[in-house]
Amino acid sequence: MTETVSSVRHGRWPTRLGRWAVLGTFAALLAFPFYWMGITAFKRTGDLYNLKNNPFLFNEPPTLDHLRLLFGQTLFVRWFWNTTFAGTVVVMITLVLAVPAAYALTRLAGRWGERVGIGIFLTYLVPPTLLFIPLSRLVAALGLQDSLWSIIVVYPSFTVPFSIWLLMGFFKSIPRELEDAAMVDGLTRWQAFLRLVIPISVSGILTVVIFTFTLVTQEFVYALTFISTAEHQTVGVGVPIYLVRGDVYYWGSLMAACLIASLPIAAVYDLFLDRFIAGFTMGAVK
Amino acid sequence: MSAQARRTRLGVAMFAPAVVYIAAVIGVPLAMAFLYSVGDVKVGSVSYHFVGLENFRSVLQSPTFRRALLNSFVFTVGSQLLVIACANALALALKDRFHGRGAVRFLILLPWVAPISLGAIAWKWILDSLYSVINWVLVAVHLASPFDTPMWLGEPALAMLSVILVHSWRLLPFSTVILLAGLSAIPKDIPEAAAVDGAGFWRTHFSITLPMMAPITTVAVLFGVVFTFTDMTVVYILTRGGPYDTTQVVPSLAFFTGVLGSDLSEGAAISLFLVPILVAVAWVMLRMAQRAEIA
Repeated sequence: MTETVSSVRHGRWPTRLGRWAVLGTFAALLAFPFYWMGITAFKRTGDLYNLKNNPFLFNEPPTLDHLRLLFGQTLFVRWFWNTTFAGTVVVMITLVLAVPAAYALTRLAGRWGERVGIGIFLTYLVPPTLLFIPLSRLVAALGLQDSLWSIIVVYPSFTVPFSIWLLMGFFKSIPRELEDAAMVDGLTRWQAFLRLVIPISVSGILTVVIFTFTLVTQEFVYALTFISTAEHQTVGVGVPIYLVRGDVYYWGSLMAACLIASLPIAAVYDLFLDRFIAGFTMGAVK
Repeated sequence: MSAQARRTRLGVAMFAPAVVYIAAVIGVPLAMAFLYSVGDVKVGSVSYHFVGLENFRSVLQSPTFRRALLNSFVFTVGSQLLVIACANALALALKDRFHGRGAVRFLILLPWVAPISLGAIAWKWILDSLYSVINWVLVAVHLASPFDTPMWLGEPALAMLSVILVHSWRLLPFSTVILLAGLSAIPKDIPEAAAVDGAGFWRTHFSITLPMMAPITTVAVLFGVVFTFTDMTVVYILTRGGPYDTTQVVPSLAFFTGVLGSDLSEGAAISLFLVPILVAVAWVMLRMAQRAEIA
């Protein structure tokens, strides 16, 4: 009997073999470009552009030249700080707008809360490619064209709806009795929200912070549309668009930049991914 | 003031800032997009004349636009079919706990969690006309001659294929994780009971697991369709819509016309062709949410 149970749980060996065949193939295909970024970043230029060399190997010793060029002679560091700054301000705007709104929808709006919440979530589906033309005029009217502030103002349009939706799920899991008890003890609801609900929601709020920050680093279309000077760009647009001089791609530095920018974002996002997915699956999985 | 009234007032005060902001950055530009599409807005002029459906007429007559519309459907349907088929296999393989699952999961998730513009530019290098590593392998195993290697981004059919494959690469992890959430929600005793009753792996998979996965698969497809149909990043970075506009999709054409070109009205008219798809997806999602509410 124990044997049957363990074979169901761990799978018979053909199942296990099949699993590793599938996983091995897909992991190799999906991760390959990142491996390629790494190998390109450390290869000497002569090695990179010699068609006779095996591209999978270092035919000449590795070099740090591409990294030196990237950090010394390009705007990469500047883009990095631009992205960090924009991300931080967008996170603050998102928290200030989404946390109270999500609380109001879960606790104060009655049965309409859920429906309005779904409506808000659906605005997340309105894509940048539908709004960028009028927004570029609005951004210009505000005097923000070609400034980092243009994207700071616009990015909450997609971070706020999704954050409200995520936080609603989070607030729903807090027992109502907690606030009721605090209000019996003399706190107003607003005070209970500030002193009780926010402190116990730290992990939900942290999820929103990470989520917002990764969305900012991943955005491409708005930054490309509103910002036209290399100095004001983010990493996501600066690297693929402005590391190219004329028609010349500096592949070594370009791939180094991609790898350096991708991995930290990927690592953090990976930790929180399951919570975002819970937001996407809506009511379809209970 | 009654407790109920106070509660409502606080609710409105906490909710209003978010709604006003969303209305300003989504509602207003959305309304403007509709206005632009029936007007004659150009860069550098402030005048506005109503021209009716003139922009839509001229857009629909343009062969470039028709090609872009067709490409958008090919791009969306092609990548979704590929993604759902692969995501099913991957989710199934990732379902159980096993040694090294975390590491494998990290590798598999990379395309989704890393910025797509950076992933796409890496692909541009992998698909380079001269130094493509894929071509090097093809030559090494004698599937291509060194002087006649495939121009992945330079030939219309190959370029479209490349765009679809790269976008599928990007979306596959997302769909996999959604399907995985659905798989782990299926009570374990149901497939186990089927196994005890003598149903094999494939039988259990097709007659029990897949039908139970239908709602979550729909969710994955709906988001996949929206993320694909409205995306221009992959096309923009890999091909800029070329060669000769043969990989142009609706969003990228709207960008070239309305943002890089100066015809805001025609650009807006082009991008409004995204709306029917978005409305259809939103409608299906609302119906699913309604059903979940009743259940």
